[in-house]
Amino acid sequence: MLAAVACLGGIGLVAATALGIAAKKFAVEVDPREAAILAALPGVNCGACGEPGCSGYARAVAEGRLAPNLCPPGGQQTAEALADILGIKIKVKEPAVAVVICQGGDNLARQKYHYLGLEDCNAAQKLAGGPKSCPGGCLGLGSCVRACLFGAITMTPEHLAVIDRDKCTGCEQCLKACPRQVMIMAPKTVTTHVLCNSHDKGAEVRKYCQVGCIGCNICKKTVPEAYTIDNLLARVNYAQADNAALAIAKCPMKCIRDLVDNNSAEKPGSDETVPAG
Amino acid sequence: MDKALYISSSPHIHSGVTTDKIMRLVIYALLPAVAVAVIFFGLPALKVLLICTLGCVACEALCCKLMKQPVSIGDGSAALTGILLALNLPPSSPWWMALLGAAIAIIIGKMIFGGLGYNPFNPALVARVVLLISFPIQMTSWTAPAPLSMGFDALSSATPLGEMKSAVMLTGQLPEMATSGFDRYFYGLMAGSLGEVSALVLLLGGLFLIFKRVITWHIPVSFIGSVIVMAGIFWLIDPTRYPSPLFHLLTGGLMLGVFFMATDMVTSPITARGMLIFGCGCGLLTVLIRLFGGYPEGVSFAILLMNAATPLIDRYTRAEIYGDHHHDRGGLQ
Amino acid sequence: MKLPTFPGGIHPLDNKATTATKALVNCSLPNELIVPMLQHIGAPAACCVTVGQQVAKGEQIGTAVGPVSVPIHAPTSGEVIAIEPRLHPVGRPLPAVVIRPDGDERWHKGLQGYDPDSLNPDELRQLLQQAGIVGLGGATFPTHIKLSPPPDRRIDTLIINGVECEPYLTGDHRLMLEEGSKIVDGILILRQILGVNQVILAIENNKPDAIDAMRKLCLKTPIEVQPLPVKYPQGAEKQLIEAITGRQVPSGKLPMDCGAVVQNVGTAAAVSTAVRQGRPLIERITTVTGTGVRNPQNLRAVIGTPLSHLIEQCGGFSDDPGKIILGGPMMGNSQISLEVPVIRGTSGLLVLRHQDVSIKKPGPCIRCGQCVKVCPIHLQPTVIALCARLGLIERADSYNALDCIECGCCTYQCPATLPLVQSIREIKGAIMEHKRKH
Repeated sequence: MLAAVACLGGIGLVAATALGIAAKKFAVEVDPREAAILAALPGVNCGACGEPGCSGYARAVAEGRLAPNLCPPGGQQTAEALADILGIKIKVKEPAVAVVICQGGDNLARQKYHYLGLEDCNAAQKLAGGPKSCPGGCLGLGSCVRACLFGAITMTPEHLAVIDRDKCTGCEQCLKACPRQVMIMAPKTVTTHVLCNSHDKGAEVRKYCQVGCIGCNICKKTVPEAYTIDNLLARVNYAQADNAALAIAKCPMKCIRDLVDNNSAEKPGSDETVPAG
Repeated sequence: MDKALYISSSPHIHSGVTTDKIMRLVIYALLPAVAVAVIFFGLPALKVLLICTLGCVACEALCCKLMKQPVSIGDGSAALTGILLALNLPPSSPWWMALLGAAIAIIIGKMIFGGLGYNPFNPALVARVVLLISFPIQMTSWTAPAPLSMGFDALSSATPLGEMKSAVMLTGQLPEMATSGFDRYFYGLMAGSLGEVSALVLLLGGLFLIFKRVITWHIPVSFIGSVIVMAGIFWLIDPTRYPSPLFHLLTGGLMLGVFFMATDMVTSPITARGMLIFGCGCGLLTVLIRLFGGYPEGVSFAILLMNAATPLIDRYTRAEIYGDHHHDRGGLQ
Repeated sequence: MKLPTFPGGIHPLDNKATTATKALVNCSLPNELIVPMLQHIGAPAACCVTVGQQVAKGEQIGTAVGPVSVPIHAPTSGEVIAIEPRLHPVGRPLPAVVIRPDGDERWHKGLQGYDPDSLNPDELRQLLQQAGIVGLGGATFPTHIKLSPPPDRRIDTLIINGVECEPYLTGDHRLMLEEGSKIVDGILILRQILGVNQVILAIENNKPDAIDAMRKLCLKTPIEVQPLPVKYPQGAEKQLIEAITGRQVPSGKLPMDCGAVVQNVGTAAAVSTAVRQGRPLIERITTVTGTGVRNPQNLRAVIGTPLSHLIEQCGGFSDDPGKIILGGPMMGNSQISLEVPVIRGTSGLLVLRHQDVSIKKPGPCIRCGQCVKVCPIHLQPTVIALCARLGLIERADSYNALDCIECGCCTYQCPATLPLVQSIREIKGAIMEHKRKH
């Protein structure tokens, strides 16, 4: 009994000493601020800052290569914490969220063919430009859902990506995963958006989508400062978007929406006056 | 040209052999063994079979619902697991044990890892081993086969392997039943689990699977070969103490293990060389456990141990690719 | 005697019986020919005509750009009515010259045939490039490049590919039966260019009539006819070299790196026409077949003929078409429209009915190992596809994803009906991009 205790204890003692010596001898010099920064980061390794992961960003911030306000998942809180560690003052970036600028689910937008194969938008896009007739429409195969580290994107039964604005941190990973740039970044404070990504002519758009922007200019006429028409596609001017919501009711294609206030207009597709595709 | 065309990446044709078809073929191959079990052990055997099969299917459906996945019982793999589990249980198993086994096989053995294709261990064997350790008495109470007796007034009996083991432990000598009269084992007149009785029908089922190209020859041949070699060596050393290779082949769950458990695709290697290594490992471990282990039967443990080694075997048995003679294969990356 | 072959591969139903006995038929001229500027591997040709210009049959309408490129010729005489992007078999609009045939079939003046013996190899190669000769098996690699091994490579074997291992296709089969002497002549010219002694014509033994016919024609020539067992992808360049010579093309290298050059029988016939008659490559044989075609045939169609015209020539659709495939069912491309034209690589047009298309959803991999067993490159397709799904680019590379020839055997065989080739194609793209960056 005693021998066993002594034996085990002895082994423990020797191992502990060896580990202690090793820890001292092989210790790597680390900037203490780097460790503190890493601790203050959310640790999701999303890569939104441009570094491969949080530790890379922590090192870059400690070395002064990157600004401390580049972590979208951490937001304002993290940016301030990092600035405190570094002892500097920073301007906090306005939080941005991703917006899916397409409402053309399977029920509203036409498909030019039936796609069979890999559930991946990039793979589908390579086969004759993707199944959706609209060149900019959401393909609905969920590449963005898989790219999102925060579970902020879901697919509707009509195969349309929907972003949970509360969960979205603005890391832009979904933008990189989407082959059709159907996601854009917009300030979180702006909730009115033109939900269409097709630059085609109105007649063309009507052929394949019931809720596509036809570039009719009505929104711009209604609230001139809040809208721009870029190559037949209306976009909200996010710098002066205060009155953008006024155009929601005027849009003949019902493709301007308030993403937070769902009651601003009835759901697309329920309206009898929507032109058939 | 009214309907929209289908577009997919090449190739545009398929062999038609799908997962559910493979599962169906394996079930067909097991039907003779199922029939023999019912004929030999009567209604109790039928009861175990039904409880296990229905239990497995029900558990899988339940799991799919809970995991909010499409219900996958249509692929037939749950039913197959149920049948295999039943064939691994004694005919006298109480209903609750069979049901518990089905739940363990599907929930702990398979669904917890993500369902078909992701389980590292053969689900039926996981259930069998859990039951064997948890309920040693029920799991080792055997009845003598009595063809067409419907299972009434079943006599208790020992399995050949059990009898052999206890005799060797008591006397240091092989009993007579382990040295002669092997033909009755071949046809199945011995006590054991439902699927341990007739080497003949299992062999037929296995050959059917090889003929239908559902399984390849690699695992069965290397498994049986290594059992013969390993058992043969001991037999030559001392034929009074160690039984002959033939005794090993015909008794216990060996044939069931060789053709239906070890060849389970999900848990065995995907490379040809890997399959050979896998089969050899199973054979060696089986004989070692039978001769020197605490349990009389070692097939389940052997296969489960080799299941654990499968990822490693796959990693180190990658074939040399076309046109690359100096490829650095395997190793940790 | 056991016939030589390669390890791996599959045995799909060949479905060749519908057209194998049907003689070649000349397809009529359509109202409009769409001639894309990209019909080969390499740089697209540069258009050298203007809208409204009258062109003669065989006149260059696109010039070769750089060494790995070939010119494009007018398939018939007529007027250029448009030069614009048109839907191309790759699935997107690409620059094309649209010609309205005048029906005269007036040949371009200045096209002149030669006696191959009077020319040296360099002149012959030049001739082939000017005639726009590319590999007609489907890959459309410019032939003159394949026939120009660098001086340090010694080519000792010329293999002529009459395997036609893709199911449904019978164009090469018919060509061997009907124009065997032209093929033999072309082979001898190819042999002269390469200066090799050993010439082997490989034919799968599901075409015994073609083997007999070619054997007779090759009696007094150095060409040896080698029957091969039926197996897909025997006609893939690397697999054919392995079957015939037992050698393997080193990973990431070209066939000439192991001393072999492979040319298709159709290419050989085109070589003969180009040299003897001076006529460029403006037509090809296309097998129009499948359950969705009323009267399947082997058509000789001029380049630029829209698919709708081919279908018309074959009696139209028998039922609602479900899938329209250019090439064979294993490696062909499915098309979204019949406006797509026949190009130099169009070996077949396969139409499957709506009900013939399997729309089964892929299940989980059950690790059956079938894909590993059938892969002619000895890869582990399921592992590479898993890496692709998880985005493990470097791991996929370490499993030699780049060596995949995309033959489709794994996907054909996969019981879970996983789109393995598509996954591997995706990860191959990612690996190449990754390598460019680092």
